[in-house]
Amino acid sequence: MKRTKWLALFAVLALVLAACGDGDDGAADTTEAGAPATTEGPTATTEAPDTGGTAGQGGQLTLLQWQAPSTLNPLLSGGTKELLAASLILDPLAEYDPDGNLVATLAAEIPTVENGGVAEDLMSITWTLKDGVLWSDGSAFTADDVVFTWEYCTNTPDCTQSGFFTGVASVEAVDATHVLVTFDALTPFPYNAFVTFQSPIIQRAQFAECVGASAAACTDENFGPIGTGAYMVNDFKVNDTVLYDYNPNFRGAADGKPFFGTVLIKGGGDAEASARSVLVLGEADYGWNLQVDPIVLADMEATGLGIVKAGFASSVERIMVNQTDPNPDLGDQRSEPGTVHPFLTDPAVYQALSMAINRQELVDVGYGFAGSPTCNVWPGAPYASTANDACLTQDIDGANALLDAAGYEDTDGDGIRETADGTPLFILYQTSTNAVRQSNQDLVKSYWAQIGVDTELKNIDASVFFGGDQASPDTYQVFYADVEMYTNNSGSPDPQTYMSNWTTAQVISPSTNFGGGNIPRYSSAEYDALHEELTTTGDLDRRIEIVKELNDLVIQAGAMIPLIYRADVSAFANSIQGVGTLNGWDSEYWNVEDWTRSE
Amino acid sequence: MATTRERVEETQDHTIESSEKYRSLWSDVWRQFRRHKGAMVGLILLTVIMFGSFIGPLIYPLDPFAIDTSQASLSPSLDHPMGTDNLGRDVMARVMVGGRISLSVGIAAMVIGVVIGTAVGIISGFFSKLDGILMRGTDMFLALPILPLLLVIIMLFRDPLREAFGPELGIFILVVTIIGVTSWMQTARVVRGDVLALKEQEFVLAAHSIGSRKRSVVFRHIFPNVLSPVMVAAALGVAIAIITESALSFLGLGFPSDFPTWGRLLFDAQGYITITPMRVLWPGILISLTVISVNFIGDGLRDALDPKLRSQ
Amino acid sequence: MGRYIIRRVLFAIPTLIVISFVIFAILDLAPGDPTASLPLTIPPEVREKIREALGFNDPFLVSWLKWLYQMMIVEPIYLIEQMFNITIGDSENRVRIISWSSKAPVVDTIIERIPQTLWVLGLAFILGIMIAIPVGVISAYKQYSVFDNVGTFVTMVGYSVPTFFTGLLAIVIFSVWLGWFPSFYDTTLVVNSWETLVLQFKQMIMPVAVLALFNAAALSRFTRSSMLDNLNEDYVRTARSKGLNENKVLVTHVLRNSLIPVVTLIALQIPGVFAGAIITEQIFRINGLGQLLISAIQGADVPMVQTLTFLFAVLIVIFNLVADVTYGLLDPRIRYE
Repeated sequence: MKRTKWLALFAVLALVLAACGDGDDGAADTTEAGAPATTEGPTATTEAPDTGGTAGQGGQLTLLQWQAPSTLNPLLSGGTKELLAASLILDPLAEYDPDGNLVATLAAEIPTVENGGVAEDLMSITWTLKDGVLWSDGSAFTADDVVFTWEYCTNTPDCTQSGFFTGVASVEAVDATHVLVTFDALTPFPYNAFVTFQSPIIQRAQFAECVGASAAACTDENFGPIGTGAYMVNDFKVNDTVLYDYNPNFRGAADGKPFFGTVLIKGGGDAEASARSVLVLGEADYGWNLQVDPIVLADMEATGLGIVKAGFASSVERIMVNQTDPNPDLGDQRSEPGTVHPFLTDPAVYQALSMAINRQELVDVGYGFAGSPTCNVWPGAPYASTANDACLTQDIDGANALLDAAGYEDTDGDGIRETADGTPLFILYQTSTNAVRQSNQDLVKSYWAQIGVDTELKNIDASVFFGGDQASPDTYQVFYADVEMYTNNSGSPDPQTYMSNWTTAQVISPSTNFGGGNIPRYSSAEYDALHEELTTTGDLDRRIEIVKELNDLVIQAGAMIPLIYRADVSAFANSIQGVGTLNGWDSEYWNVEDWTRSE
Repeated sequence: MATTRERVEETQDHTIESSEKYRSLWSDVWRQFRRHKGAMVGLILLTVIMFGSFIGPLIYPLDPFAIDTSQASLSPSLDHPMGTDNLGRDVMARVMVGGRISLSVGIAAMVIGVVIGTAVGIISGFFSKLDGILMRGTDMFLALPILPLLLVIIMLFRDPLREAFGPELGIFILVVTIIGVTSWMQTARVVRGDVLALKEQEFVLAAHSIGSRKRSVVFRHIFPNVLSPVMVAAALGVAIAIITESALSFLGLGFPSDFPTWGRLLFDAQGYITITPMRVLWPGILISLTVISVNFIGDGLRDALDPKLRSQ
Repeated sequence: MGRYIIRRVLFAIPTLIVISFVIFAILDLAPGDPTASLPLTIPPEVREKIREALGFNDPFLVSWLKWLYQMMIVEPIYLIEQMFNITIGDSENRVRIISWSSKAPVVDTIIERIPQTLWVLGLAFILGIMIAIPVGVISAYKQYSVFDNVGTFVTMVGYSVPTFFTGLLAIVIFSVWLGWFPSFYDTTLVVNSWETLVLQFKQMIMPVAVLALFNAAALSRFTRSSMLDNLNEDYVRTARSKGLNENKVLVTHVLRNSLIPVVTLIALQIPGVFAGAIITEQIFRINGLGQLLISAIQGADVPMVQTLTFLFAVLIVIFNLVADVTYGLLDPRIRYE
């Protein structure tokens, strides 16, 4: 045995170790490259000039987002996880409070017809900006930046938030503090563009070179946007962590805001682990999106280290009822507008299906205080209708009686009813793969069995089900099933856009490449006319009336069976103060500058 | 050394015994196998687990799929020996059905893996023309990152197969095929090595020289002689397949939530570990026990089939 | 030997290209959609525009060749530039592999994830070897002793019980009930003082212990059987009969020869350890390479999945080669033609 051979072995080992060392160095390099804000902006917390008050003296705030942000440019990602992380840095002109009221953020006030901000003809809106707002790099925030944000989004194909500028004809800077937004058509609700954390303002100076196809390549900018918010990026690790320093140029700095000097967003694990970390182990101050079995959550909350908060907005878990015929024998006419479902369009059937469901039990099993039973598309005040509330009580006998009266009898004695021409009431019921949905599916199947309706359950991976792949037969848009269950919500507290999802124009068919939002293919001239009226009505009371009518129309026509009014659920450590109600309409961090810690 | 002396005595015992009566190879193997304590305990355990999984559900009265929310998350009791889950389903019934699936996956995937492995091994060892290409193919398969690929493939084919064969059978076929098709390479290598050595031995050369056809040489002379490594590979294959299946299900990417396997049960029960710990412990313990048993059996087989050890 | 290595390396290149093609083909067939995770409120026209911009609708061959070019040429050049701080050619306009979800270069994200994965895996691996070899050697030398029997049983258990089960138990016992160790791995922790070192130690101990146990079990079984093979060899008898003392026989003869296959196995195991990280990182909430892969698969981030799986394949090929070569270097009986 020669010593050299052993040396060779050690050389190999050393190489491996050296590779590890290189990895470390490399990581350090890219970290620096990925966070230009650190080097360009005022540097470390300790060196920052004392701007009065106690801004930034509260230590670190740790936020758990088990799905971590993949970028910090909210205009390139529509995912809530990225929008949330960016909302600490960037501000819109106005945002919503937890009750769905508009609050001025970078705007001096909310423009209305009364104060002259909204034109009488409802064709334009003029935003007045707050005075003296600075970007975190110390430069002044002006109307030009607002204009640039619009230019950026409309000229960049990757911009996921371009929907916020639909109907916007132009955005102009009247002067340094006034922005005029002109619309293509009459716009009774002009607060979409530049409102909420989904449509924040970015800085022209930073992003000027990043418009268009080059947007995605601007990694440094996308990972370290300069903002007007309470915090600025110190270090960003993709899909892992974001470390923020407080922004000494923040407009609330004179009042000692924000309280926390640094914020850490930490990703990884799952909802259950985040909940445990905040509520049981006290490792973090906040845990986001805790879709956890209510029994488990309640058990964790009992430890006493933190509380769970629910923020309701417009999310409704619903069963969409296919109005067209999904029978595979129809070939390419399957689920196409023009075909008619053999029995689901009969009022007796869909009413019976809805009556048979014990919504409270669905809530208890899957949602706990993150949900409440509902019978409406739009469950939140002031637009919520009360006309359909009978569905809140389960009524198996009533449902059976309804089906008996309509002539659906079990003629062959297999426990399943048939239609007059002998088609059994057999329903293919699809949803995305998710433990809560599967347990609800199982329950609904057992209710429907009690009224003589047979159900086959199918679950599809969420990435396929919600993916827009037109070649896939399993997306929720294609809807090759009799009913399907999922949650949808309105992006805005104003229901106009959302309610357009049941108009004939939105009906999904090959001619629209499965685009459009009318999943059940519901079509009614009455509904279309009423929605048309909504788009031209400025008066709020009349708008509320119309929305209620629209809601009742779509429910009573059986295009969908609403089940659960869902809330966003997050956990907070007991020591965190100033959060208030959880904001379901906007960023859950919308008032982070007011959060403090008490011991 | 004491042990050496004992061995010598044992060998003498054997000689006396063998001169007394004729012993077939397999009875010899069985005799040796019985001496391996671990292997015997493993065999008994595995029999019990298999019995519980395949016969148990026929005897046990409770339905593993019956939901009853009034009975949710109960601790073990006489009615529910392992408690209930969050939807009030009986955990013991689910564990038994889960075992049936996990074990079936293990055995079926092993059969596929071993058949492919043995075939490739024998062909490439026996027919030198095919050796190069088959071994390069084997190397290629060995270089494929299996776990990441499994994850991707399962996402890919889950729904089409579900469509074609129904929810249960579709996923079963998918998981079994994938694990089988990606786990034959070691068997192939070992078998090929043995065949290469066997090919040069006198009895094979003799068989050739008396004009035996290639097929009969392979089946009558080569195949019986590579059986021992194949059997060992088979035992280990079952263990690997069970672990792989449960790992996939544990990542939430194997069997779906309406399809209980041990891995899936463990995955679903994670969140409830402080409320109903039995839900986590039982599937975990059963996976571990099964794999330990199978591995011990593999060890026992290896020792029993190794002529060097057997003669001791 | 030299020619042998060159031939193996040359063969590895087409192998890797074929593998990358296979991975790409599988990914191309996959039904995932990068816009699936976006909220339903984003309209379908916008989604279509995003897919177009990502190149999701590009023909398969075009995107594969583009990826291959970027992976084989652009990324290495970039790494060299970074390492030596130089500029090669037209580096401004070279397009690197971009992730669909973060819009950032895939390789940068991967490099960012390497430290935590290596910390945990590397330590567990080294610890595993340090436990396995003595246990295996003593077990074999004292065959059928109490130590051997207990050792054999324990290693069998360690080898058979899946890490996701032991990991789960470890978290419940040590994080939830006893509260000794954190349940999350903090990747922002910088070790620069005694306290941070303790913190780093605390957050690593559970995953490292679970993985080390598993690695040690497999390796010590192998060491034991390799030792047993050698103990029965004639050269040992010869050495003993020449009157060499037992320690010398054991260390200079038996151990040396027995470790040759063990070293090979260690090299062969390294890629497998990386694959095992997928599960360990998931359990212990370590945001390393395994977690990156899982989240990329879930988000249908094709460039990321492609690059990561390809790197796994590269690791396997390299370490297979390393195993073969070290075997040849260590064992003079093996000669490559």
